Amino acid sequence: MNGGVYQIQTAKKRMGMKTKNAIFNSIIYFVLAVLGILWVLPIVYLLYTAFRVTPDTGIIFKLFPDDLRLGGGNFARLFRETMFLRWLGNTCLVAVCSCVITTLFILMVSYALSRMRFKARKPIMNVMLVLGMFPGFMSMIAVYFILKAMNLTNSLFALILVYSSGAALSYYICKGFFDTIPRSLEEAAILDGANQVSILFRVTLPLAKPVIVYTVLTSFISPWCDFIFVNTIINDATKYTVALGLYRLINSQNSSFNEFFTVFCAGAVIVGLIVGALFMSMQRYYVEGVTSGSVK
Amino acid sequence: MNKLTSAFRRFGHNVKQGVLAVVHGSVAVKLSCLFMGIGQIMRKQIVKGILYFLLEVLFVLFMVFFGGKYLAYFFSGNLGTNVGDEIWNDALGVFEYTRGDNSFLILLYGVVSFIVLIVFAVVWGLNIHGNIANDRAVAAGKRVTTFRQDCSALINRKFYLLLLIPPFAGLLVFTVMPLVFMILIAFTNYDFEHMPPGQLFGWVGFETFGKLFGLSSGSGFLLVFLRVLAWTFVWAVFATFTNYFLGMIIALMINKKGIKLKSLWRTLFVIAIAVPQFVTLLLMQKILDGDGILNVILGTNIRWLADTRWASLIPRIAIIVVNMWIGIPYTILMCSGILMNIPAEMYEAGKLDGANPVQLFRKIVLPYMLHATGPYLITQFVGNINNFNVIWLLTGGGPVDNILYGGGSKAQATDLLVTWLYRLTTDVSPQYNVASVIGIIIFVICAVLSLVTYNRSSSAKNEEDYQ
Repeated sequence: MNGGVYQIQTAKKRMGMKTKNAIFNSIIYFVLAVLGILWVLPIVYLLYTAFRVTPDTGIIFKLFPDDLRLGGGNFARLFRETMFLRWLGNTCLVAVCSCVITTLFILMVSYALSRMRFKARKPIMNVMLVLGMFPGFMSMIAVYFILKAMNLTNSLFALILVYSSGAALSYYICKGFFDTIPRSLEEAAILDGANQVSILFRVTLPLAKPVIVYTVLTSFISPWCDFIFVNTIINDATKYTVALGLYRLINSQNSSFNEFFTVFCAGAVIVGLIVGALFMSMQRYYVEGVTSGSVK
Repeated sequence: MNKLTSAFRRFGHNVKQGVLAVVHGSVAVKLSCLFMGIGQIMRKQIVKGILYFLLEVLFVLFMVFFGGKYLAYFFSGNLGTNVGDEIWNDALGVFEYTRGDNSFLILLYGVVSFIVLIVFAVVWGLNIHGNIANDRAVAAGKRVTTFRQDCSALINRKFYLLLLIPPFAGLLVFTVMPLVFMILIAFTNYDFEHMPPGQLFGWVGFETFGKLFGLSSGSGFLLVFLRVLAWTFVWAVFATFTNYFLGMIIALMINKKGIKLKSLWRTLFVIAIAVPQFVTLLLMQKILDGDGILNVILGTNIRWLADTRWASLIPRIAIIVVNMWIGIPYTILMCSGILMNIPAEMYEAGKLDGANPVQLFRKIVLPYMLHATGPYLITQFVGNINNFNVIWLLTGGGPVDNILYGGGSKAQATDLLVTWLYRLTTDVSPQYNVASVIGIIIFVICAVLSLVTYNRSSSAKNEEDYQ
């Protein structure tokens, strides 16, 4: 008797839960939809501005003018009136070179600090932690003058040097990954008479593929996005990277009535596509890196 | 603190041991203190000995012909004496300019020489250490290592040396050296009134610190500094926690059981990360501009990023909102990854104990998240204190606020310490010394924050909780 009542009650409760859950879910759908639109709108606006055909002056006043037309005119202007192709080439060159050096440096430091034990290991890690806490801008002016003393300002080589020389400081994620590789594998290799060089190349690196991909991609992307260092070091329009080039395009004149705004959007779409494609391909590794590497 | 004192004690102990070892050491050890490499050559480590000796010769030559005179400036009151002048040359009928001392280069070369000195001291220590090791080997009846053995140690036991030296050389030249240099600038009067070439600057001790923390109107920046500092903290707290908690809530919504199209929702947000930050920021700057599209749509006429009413409240909120647009997707991405990793047993156990969803969240999900993202939260906070890009590209630190700007401080309403620092160094009348003091303060704040919170956070204490 009692059991029957109990069953009916739980069934009722379950029904109530179900409708409650459904209402709750639809609220969530609604919130997600609104937020999703908010997040996508600026990007849609970027695309729309990049493709809209503008009056001869290049200046736009209205969101939807009466004679709204879409076309590739802004892209044509981008390549005709600015040195965008050149900037793309510069950025590619800097990105490839600094990516190679950065990845090598990070792998070297991570391997030494993760897989080897020596007296100075802990002190070195502490010093690097402290070094990383100084704001990068603080030394930027000094870096500029050091480069000037070396007669290197206004060159892409200087950019490569600056981007890759600080690389060692961001070894944490990679080291965190190396830490998870079982030691027994190395010990087996040592018993087989392998030296550290062959352990690095034959044992550790093949197992560390995800973190290598992550390091390569992040270090390749960063020159595409940085503009502060370029801004201080490079002053010659033929040596700009895309970030600085696009920035200068619209910031020489501080107003929205800017004849290059639509051209800027066209350039931004191209850069966004490149960086976006790279980022999407490393998304998985990004999550792995941030969550597993940093905890260790 | 204990760690620090014990580190010092250990260092003192090592030095004492080293001195004792030299005093009791063989002739080879003692000689190599003066002439590096002699000890090695005496023990037939010819190649190594010659290399050490050559290094010493190079070092002495460097110090005699270059480094010595610059190092001496560290101990004098000024950085250069000869201002440079124009002299009328009667024979030619022109002004001749004599090149004066350049305080900047003198300081820079001084730093270079100092670093060379330190590196040499390390090499010197290694040299003596090697000789003592040789002593021990001989005493134990063993033979000293051959050059070939030394080389093979480099790819085995001492492989870390090969691995660490190239990256550290890079760090030394482009991170440590500029940092030391800029820290030293804080103790000089290097500003627009003392600009080399043409003018000299020199050591002034803690005068610049006094200027930044001074109250006297006209010369002291204390009030300005405190206001910029306060805004920096307000910004960092809001920027970090709005992103963190809103991002976590959205991630929880997406990952809730029964919500369909999970990957679509996630992608909608993640697209925002794929666009480079400078593009987003410049785009937002144009959208929020007085003539921007937002005003066109709303039919208003508000300068979202330059309104000075209510202590520039509108630009401040606008910056935080734009930062949410940029930062929340990162949190979503990260939290989704972590949420999937929460062991299912923990949920089940919680449900068996009769916990409701809110309790489940508070007792299981939140602690787990905080544990997994603790270090991330700290780095985010420190990163936001130094978040140059968002502020500089959106408002450039502006709008100009008369209370702040007066007295030559050059600070503006939405300036963080870093953007203020940057303006002070790139302005038409730069004040490198003040900028450098601000840099030191930023460092102290960040270092204290990271060390204290990291040591207290559960992830540092209970590293193995969730393994």
